[in-house]
Amino acid sequence: MAVIVTEETKLLVQGLTGSEGSFHAGRNKDYGTKLVAGVTPGKGGTDHNGTPVFDTVAQAIEETGANTSMVMVPARFAADAILESFDAGLDTIIAITEHVPAMDMAKVVNYLRHGARDVTLIGPNCPGVISPGKANVGIIPGELASPGPVGLVSRSGTLVYQIVHELTQLGIGQTTCVGIGGDPVPGSDFIDILKRFEADPDTELVVLVGEIGGDAEERAAAWAKENLTKPLVGYFAGRVAPPGKRMGHAGAIVSGSKGTWQAKADAFKSNGFEVAKNPTEVAEIVKRLRS
Amino acid sequence: MDLFEYQGKELLRKFEVPVPEGRVASTPEEAAEAARFLGEKVVVKAQVQVGGRGKQGGVKVVSSPEEAQKAAADIFGITFTDQEGRGAQKAKRVLVERAGELTHEYYCSFLLDRTTRRYLAILSSEGGMDIEKVNEEHPELIAKVQIDPLLGFSDFHARELVFGGNIDVEARKETIAILPKLYRAFVELDASQIEINPLVMTGDGKVMALDAKVILDDSAAYRHPFFDELRSAHDIPEQEKKAKSLGLNLIKLDGDVGIIGNGAGLVMSTLDVVTDAGGSPANFLDVGGGANAEILSNSLQLIMENPEVKSVLINIFGGITRCDLVAEGIIDALARLDVKVPIVVRLDGTNAEQGRKMLADAPHPMLETAETMLGAAKTAVDLAHGKKG
Repeated sequence: MAVIVTEETKLLVQGLTGSEGSFHAGRNKDYGTKLVAGVTPGKGGTDHNGTPVFDTVAQAIEETGANTSMVMVPARFAADAILESFDAGLDTIIAITEHVPAMDMAKVVNYLRHGARDVTLIGPNCPGVISPGKANVGIIPGELASPGPVGLVSRSGTLVYQIVHELTQLGIGQTTCVGIGGDPVPGSDFIDILKRFEADPDTELVVLVGEIGGDAEERAAAWAKENLTKPLVGYFAGRVAPPGKRMGHAGAIVSGSKGTWQAKADAFKSNGFEVAKNPTEVAEIVKRLRS
Repeated sequence: MDLFEYQGKELLRKFEVPVPEGRVASTPEEAAEAARFLGEKVVVKAQVQVGGRGKQGGVKVVSSPEEAQKAAADIFGITFTDQEGRGAQKAKRVLVERAGELTHEYYCSFLLDRTTRRYLAILSSEGGMDIEKVNEEHPELIAKVQIDPLLGFSDFHARELVFGGNIDVEARKETIAILPKLYRAFVELDASQIEINPLVMTGDGKVMALDAKVILDDSAAYRHPFFDELRSAHDIPEQEKKAKSLGLNLIKLDGDVGIIGNGAGLVMSTLDVVTDAGGSPANFLDVGGGANAEILSNSLQLIMENPEVKSVLINIFGGITRCDLVAEGIIDALARLDVKVPIVVRLDGTNAEQGRKMLADAPHPMLETAETMLGAAKTAVDLAHGKKG
């Protein structure tokens, strides 16, 4: 099994006809993901590299049975696109777009919360989700990953690549790799994804890749101590980053003692979870825990 | 973007939040002029972005224009740092404000709470000090309310804050009136934080914002054209400005190993492993997703313009970014520039084989390649320390 994206995924791409949308949706399709529709308002009825394009998400679902959306529209349209997918009834929405205003996301996340349905929103500002051998939705290079027992969740995109690569070098595959994104108001946080891995019988061990800033890693450690029955390995980027400087991700800013590397490492260790010093050590620890 | 106090107050004034009357001065003479205009007793405040500026001599109460001039001159001479002694900066401006008598100092803030993914408002009778400390020692004196972004700020929120925050009876009515104005400012400005510490009650019974720490969400700049103007008042290192104009995300640091990578997480991780290898990073530079040859070549040039740089580490894990284009950019920069420091390159991911071959086919005395991230970090640090790689 895998989580969030699987063989059952029927993918719709909002912004399919844009250059980014076109390129990555094409790569996802080549990987074997069932790409069934694109949505670009005004281009309904056309065909984009063999995929039908619709004006609205509702039309696309009716015609194709799409059950998952990938949002690749520009930042100022992203919140609207997510809401459109939710209102049309989709339960899995993966938003790749970066630089979405935080208040837009605060509204979207709370709107989704108020709904009666259990909806999974991943992102924005994330690399997407890959379940090796099953489906790839987003921009993670599919060839890096291989099927296996590790569930990986990360705030950083390129660190997903680096750590999946390190795991693969040691012959360790993954059930699903989830990039939740580095924004201050993510659709899903670590705990949301840890719950999915806990419920997935094929995931035997979880790797959590965090960053300085915020307290999501600390809360994840506290949750895992009570609820996760599988081993958890943590790695946090930004140990030497100076306080008060924003390093690319809006989330990666340290103010005061909160959100520091030390606070995160202490939270993991005191709850009995191992912390790796660098991406290479993540794979070494996973290998040791599995032997 | 973190605003200066005077910028934050100018914005708050537009939302009818009471702030002391004041003027900004860039020279001691202007400070004297402002004091003359404002009347006898004024406070001269350094416009810097560090905590504890008062303890460092950045806030002075004076009683004449001459004293204001002297106070400003003194303040312009101070090098301010954060509590750990880092982030040295000087004030380019002072804010001269009419000083009044204060009877109470409160704390108030509105912020985006990552934990609950809602807005959070905080009010406390214990202002003028570190709120984290108050939170530890006297949590009963702090009121916090969560605000649903879709419902907004209700009257009961204001009441909960004022009564729960232990605000003095005589200040309650005015505080209840100010809170919705602060909320409106918070939302309409796309702020991630508005902190008023202290919110004060004056001797004549008025409540006003004596300080303002406003942080705006850069991602919302497209719908607030005035963000650019606010940003122009900030002192950004020349190298960072240049990087921004090239579309690169660079932060200058104090070390001697130049760093180039793709993706914020990987670059932060690269800073960590360079430090573990005994080195000291000279910068954070994220070329972003989809970097091409030109971006790489420009990045390399920019990094090497820093005279402190003794070696450069390029750590790329190609996803959207193609390693062949990265290699092309490196080869271009080596041919175009007078390269005096060694460059260590580690390529993995999309088209890495091809990129490595291109580098192998274009040998250069200053170019080294490495197989792994850790190996690359060690080589770059050894070379910065003058050891052969």
